[in-house]
Amino acid sequence: MESNQNVEVIVPEKQSFSKEWASDQKAFKGVPWGKAMMWIFLVSDTFVFSIFLISYMTVRFSTKADWPNASEVFGLHVGDYNVPLLLIAIMTFILITSSGTMALAVKYGYEKNRKMCGYLMLATAVFGASFVGMQAFEWTKLISEGVRPWDNPFGAPQFGAIFFMITGFHGTHVTIGVIFLFIMTRKVFRGDFDTGRRGFFTSQKSNYEAIEIMGLYWHFVDLVWVFIFAFFYLW
Amino acid sequence: MAEGTQQHPLKIYFQVWTLLFVVSALSYWVDWYGFQSYTRWGLILIFMLLKAGFICAIFMHMWWERLPIIAAILMPCFAILVFVFIMWHESYWTLIIRKIYFAVTGS
Repeated sequence: MESNQNVEVIVPEKQSFSKEWASDQKAFKGVPWGKAMMWIFLVSDTFVFSIFLISYMTVRFSTKADWPNASEVFGLHVGDYNVPLLLIAIMTFILITSSGTMALAVKYGYEKNRKMCGYLMLATAVFGASFVGMQAFEWTKLISEGVRPWDNPFGAPQFGAIFFMITGFHGTHVTIGVIFLFIMTRKVFRGDFDTGRRGFFTSQKSNYEAIEIMGLYWHFVDLVWVFIFAFFYLW
Repeated sequence: MAEGTQQHPLKIYFQVWTLLFVVSALSYWVDWYGFQSYTRWGLILIFMLLKAGFICAIFMHMWWERLPIIAAILMPCFAILVFVFIMWHESYWTLIIRKIYFAVTGS
């Protein structure tokens, strides 16, 4: 945004929505191109996850065996009690916490508060990494109990296939997000967005908009988990 | 403030953050309390949509975006709802086949 400080900022006039979509030169006026592209990617990712969840529901309602009770399968023994969905609940809260720290990181980024932004990014990355760790623990537990993509001891054999596919795909997104977060954290702390240091891959100058774009991806990962939590674990 | 940047008071982030925690706790409580059938599904869906809405609107700043980009993001998602509707509609056939299967096999 520094380049805008000395020049008059041309705020696009409020046009009708159809006029802007049909405009020559540029749609989404005033929206940074990186952000628009990230949104378009996220829309396509929404489709992928939706198809997973729709096929899961279709399979669930058509198997002849009973669907395993997620509440029991994902329960954990604490002392003498079997607490239902304990690990999943913790994972949910951790992901929401990380979403909060990410949102604040974006805010401090735009305020050019380099330190706060960096620390919050780091916190987000650490929360994300712990989420992946817990997911690995959950996979290990289920695999040791005999859950396979083609079979499981609890009921409908499709359960394993759906579980590994959906949580695996989501976990991959989280893992990529964590790597992305660590890279961006380093860039923030080094002051890349203040000094206009050129990126390693792109050779382009960047600014704190990059943090918001990173944030969009991270919030999306949380968003997908909301749907997985509702449909796969609670339903 | 230049168009395209998103600066909002700290308060709203903390409010939404708290709200997300509360709603998550509520949806966990649905399982804990052991609601079944339509009550369960209804509550799960309400809490899910609340959480998704707040994350999208506030954390992802969609509330403050321009209508053309909001429309470009949300309108394709309508196709997903159509797909869900088709699958729901067709599920009667699945149900009939299941019932026939159980009747024939006697299980």
